[in-house]
Amino acid sequence: MSSTRDWLLTDAPSSRRQAAWGRRYRRWLQFRTNGLAMFGLTVAVILILGAVFAPLLAPQNPGAQNLAMRLAPPSAQHWLGTDELGRDLFSRLLYGGRVTLGMVVAVVILVAPIGLLVGSVAGYAGGWADRVLMRVTDVFLAVPQLILALAFVSALKPGITSAVIAIALTAWPPYARQARADTLTIRHSDFIAAARLTGASGTRIVLHHIIPLCLSSMIVRMTLSMSGIILTAAGLGFLGMGAQPPMPEWGTMIATSRAFILAQWWVPAIPGIAIFVASLAFNLLGDGLRDVLDPRQR
Amino acid sequence: MTASMIAVENLRVRFGTQDVVKGVSFSVPRGGSFGMVGESGSGKSTILRAVSGLNADWTGRMEIDGVALMPKRGRAFFRRVQMVFQDPYGSLHPGQTIDRALSEPLLVHGIGDIETRILRALAEVALPSTVRFRFPHQLSGGQRQRVAIARALMAEPEVLLLDEPTSALDVSVQAEVLNLLSALQKSRNLTYVMVSHNLAVVAHLCPMIGVMQGGNLVETISAENLRAGRTQHAHTTELRALSVELEDPEEV
Repeated sequence: MSSTRDWLLTDAPSSRRQAAWGRRYRRWLQFRTNGLAMFGLTVAVILILGAVFAPLLAPQNPGAQNLAMRLAPPSAQHWLGTDELGRDLFSRLLYGGRVTLGMVVAVVILVAPIGLLVGSVAGYAGGWADRVLMRVTDVFLAVPQLILALAFVSALKPGITSAVIAIALTAWPPYARQARADTLTIRHSDFIAAARLTGASGTRIVLHHIIPLCLSSMIVRMTLSMSGIILTAAGLGFLGMGAQPPMPEWGTMIATSRAFILAQWWVPAIPGIAIFVASLAFNLLGDGLRDVLDPRQR
Repeated sequence: MTASMIAVENLRVRFGTQDVVKGVSFSVPRGGSFGMVGESGSGKSTILRAVSGLNADWTGRMEIDGVALMPKRGRAFFRRVQMVFQDPYGSLHPGQTIDRALSEPLLVHGIGDIETRILRALAEVALPSTVRFRFPHQLSGGQRQRVAIARALMAEPEVLLLDEPTSALDVSVQAEVLNLLSALQKSRNLTYVMVSHNLAVVAHLCPMIGVMQGGNLVETISAENLRAGRTQHAHTTELRALSVELEDPEEV
């Protein structure tokens, strides 16, 4: 154990891999001292594990109805109670995490590379390429996210796939702007000039020298925007444009049970709390990552 | 008489509406060194950036080894001409290990044998091989400047443009880097153009020195004459007096 630690923390690493892992380990040591960020990370990991292992963890089938037990309060048999069709809320919450968090991950994976590429190319190339790319970005930025998503989903058929595409369509501009801003600050630095003087092509400079430096702020933005994407996904579900019943999804769960908010408050409140906790966890995680990764904060 | 390696004739560089370099001419023989001194903003670094190809917006005539330079340079040019920057804290990519920085020119030019070349390059600039996989922030300023010099030499250029290579370093390290540069010049027959605001540094390395003022090359003087105070132009005299005053306050 201590030899691994020594291997990671040595100031004379013997391979690129060791140097890279050593740097990651140092960042982890710094991240670990941030209590709130560690809390966010722990909660996020628990939520993700709960979603991934839902079939093993869920005590009941999320679709199994039991009309004799509808709207039951939390009990030993149903840990978080049951909904209006007598389905176990805890099981639905775990399976709902698969859908909601899965949508978030899908959106981020779709959006971050596009934004990164558009922004860094616009920032490095400058001139008309910059103008064209950034005006396109501005157009997407100007459209209200939920409205465009709604229009898009209603044009296609409502469902998870259309919801993911719709959210992705409106979520990439901030990534592009961030990447462009980062690129502009490093574009005139001496190390980029030195890279140009090696004779490297523009493509090589963007891919090998600029994008790696934009990556850390991109990761921070990804975790910070995850909470927003969770809320948008839940909002679309609530409006009936995302996941369709009986598929358990946190926003849809609130939507279908909103009639009971006064009498059986736990039925809509529990998915609501899940959304709240997940958003908060990703925000805290993102803040912690920013402290570690963003050089401007140091 | 060897033909000149670098010839610059009537070079003009304009930023917006302002002429920053107003028709400068000089030449440097193969294996020789030419120093340029002047105050900040006198246009000396701008000349280097035009020669190196970083700034394509110039007029006039520039030749490397008898071949005229175009505003846009090909890859072959960057094998022959390299540059060392002033600030060793800014000229190395913060996310790349020394190994990566040194292998980059080899990858771009498709030069093989990366492993031995990197080890040889580190030895040549007197860096221990333990720094190879460190990140720039784990090195001192002097070590970083050695890395920057090693990187410039990776593709085996014939011309090295030095943009105040020692001004960001403290005095003891300055001497080490200057000695390294003059040793490298002898062993590789490099041609140097060195820019500095420090007369002593330039006179140490360059037998011929150009004095810049307001975008003009006002005087070209040999280091010997400069040391002896046989200056022609008032600005040279002024710069010399200032540097003597700084070096040796009691002498004045």
